[in-house]
Amino acid sequence: MPDQIKLRVARYRPEVEDKPTFNEYDVPLRKDWSVLDGLNHIKDELDGTLSYRWSCRMGICGSCGASVNGRPKLLCATFLTDYAPGPVRIEPLANFPIIRDLVVELTDFMHKLSAVKPWLIREEEQSVDEGEYLQTPEELADYKQFSMCINCMLCYSACPVYGLDTKFVGPAAIALAQRYNLDSRDEGAGERLTILNQPEGVWDCTFVGECSRACPKGVDPAGAIQRYKVTAATASLKSLLLPWGQQ
Amino acid sequence: MTDFLARLYKPKVPLLWWLSKPSYTAFVLRELSSLFVAWFVAYLLLLALAVGAGEAEYRRFLDLSANPFLIALNVVSFAFVLYHAVTFINLTPQAMVVRLRGRRVPGPLLTASIYVAWLVVSAFLAWLVVG
Repeated sequence: MPDQIKLRVARYRPEVEDKPTFNEYDVPLRKDWSVLDGLNHIKDELDGTLSYRWSCRMGICGSCGASVNGRPKLLCATFLTDYAPGPVRIEPLANFPIIRDLVVELTDFMHKLSAVKPWLIREEEQSVDEGEYLQTPEELADYKQFSMCINCMLCYSACPVYGLDTKFVGPAAIALAQRYNLDSRDEGAGERLTILNQPEGVWDCTFVGECSRACPKGVDPAGAIQRYKVTAATASLKSLLLPWGQQ
Repeated sequence: MTDFLARLYKPKVPLLWWLSKPSYTAFVLRELSSLFVAWFVAYLLLLALAVGAGEAEYRRFLDLSANPFLIALNVVSFAFVLYHAVTFINLTPQAMVVRLRGRRVPGPLLTASIYVAWLVVSAFLAWLVVG
């Protein structure tokens, strides 16, 4: 195994250039080094001007998403040895505006996330004296998979629909909506229907399935979206056939 | 804030984005296969109309179908319809949650059951035509 590997890192410094370029850096190739460790080595030893996001280094915080050799990855969970002998191409996540180097702009997602109301909605809160909202293991299993999302944006980066039309609510936001829709303690499915059952909601999804392949936490947002299509279609049909039965 | 927004770099999706990954290409081919599915529906409707219009019309339809161009089109359409069906079936467990006695049917079992149903229906149709 060689002792160095070349990283080709995308740079975008808006004060000096009008489109991204690449800088090359040689970093130590160590068995236990992730791509993030390689970038930290650049930042500490070679070029302190490089900008990128990271925090936990253990695949929990979802900050260090970037494109590695054209594929969306968590930099902390992607190892340099898997790309030996290199070079490794590191770019910002695709489909997002770039602020600087590997840092992308996520405000669009933040608006979409709050729009799907990812919290427990109750028609009437039960008082603390009445105790907890109990849930069986089976009821937990219904939504647990979707609760694993860490908002890392790898799914949006992998989704060609979002790349072509950013109005699409997108994989993570819909999966998180489903996380609450399928929770036995939640009563807000009707409120979320308005945003999810619009053309830019689930119906923009053409089931490429790449979001689920890119997801580092096994959330399967593509599955969540397809299942919600059935729910939304059933709700629409019911409101058409039984208008008096709807709220 | 305005300055920050003005300096964002907004990458464009290239026209040939669907050639950048095999899974994207497979998806676009799956979308394209819908055209061939539509052609088969139209072709079968025309066949049904021809059968309904009597033997002479049916013979004319068969002669027309023997045209090399139509044979080539139908061979290509058949390949695409098979691709459409196989990819559709393989994606089913992701889109459908089926429960038996309160337990979720595992994805591979669901897929296998659809293939078995497909085989049974095909065998029945083959028996109707040949047997």
